Amino acid sequence: MSEKIKKVSIICSKGSLEGIYPALIMAFGARMEGIECDLFFTFFGMDAITKKKMNKIKVATVGNPAMGIPTLVGAIPGMSAMATKMMMKQMDELDIPPIDEYLEMISDAGGKLYACKASVDMFKLKMEDFCEQVDGVLTVGEFYEKSAGAQIIFT
Amino acid sequence: MAEKTYAGVTVNVNDEGYFEDNKQWTKEMAAEIAKEMDIELTEEHNKVLDFLRSDFEEKGAIPSMRRMKKAGDIPTKDFYRLFPDGPLKKSCKIAGLPKPASCV
Repeated sequence: MSEKIKKVSIICSKGSLEGIYPALIMAFGARMEGIECDLFFTFFGMDAITKKKMNKIKVATVGNPAMGIPTLVGAIPGMSAMATKMMMKQMDELDIPPIDEYLEMISDAGGKLYACKASVDMFKLKMEDFCEQVDGVLTVGEFYEKSAGAQIIFT
Repeated sequence: MAEKTYAGVTVNVNDEGYFEDNKQWTKEMAAEIAKEMDIELTEEHNKVLDFLRSDFEEKGAIPSMRRMKKAGDIPTKDFYRLFPDGPLKKSCKIAGLPKPASCV
């Protein structure tokens, strides 16, 4: 049998609901298995940890062929909000928590959350813009350093 | 299927050590199963095991991590402190329940 995974570093780079959740589920799932886990948020993925934005994350109804609705319909105001509401309800039934609660659980479970320095500078954000669970801002170099011996997963 | 002896009673377990039949489980066995994982059971541990057993009986499924927190009143932090690295799997094994099958 091949060796078990001991550590993962997950990069969350997208700010849509369907972009953020896979990263959070993979991260919490890792901790459930006793796998060490670092989560690194970059570009619009940082919306997930930005206080003002984390509870306003939406599903992309445009440019998302898997949604099964024509782009023009998806562009109607309120479509994205409606699709998001439906999806959140479905997730709640499965006990998948909202983003803020999920981050709290990941952090309580021993997972570490980091923001990407380049993106932080680009979006002119400060530590106080992030939820309290965020452990710090890392450069790419520091991220790789932390990821020594880990599997890196980009989402 | 394998057999194990806990508290002087032989029980059926699967390849990973989870009970095949949770009715074979008794409280006396819990301490011995826990010891295999280097866990010394305390009152706090027992509270977790009690909730797991009663919730499983009521719902017919292992509670999610969120349910442990919300319905079981067991904060995620404490859960990890009591059963380090994989608390749901470990506590289910100690409680004589099947391996958790959910992603959350």
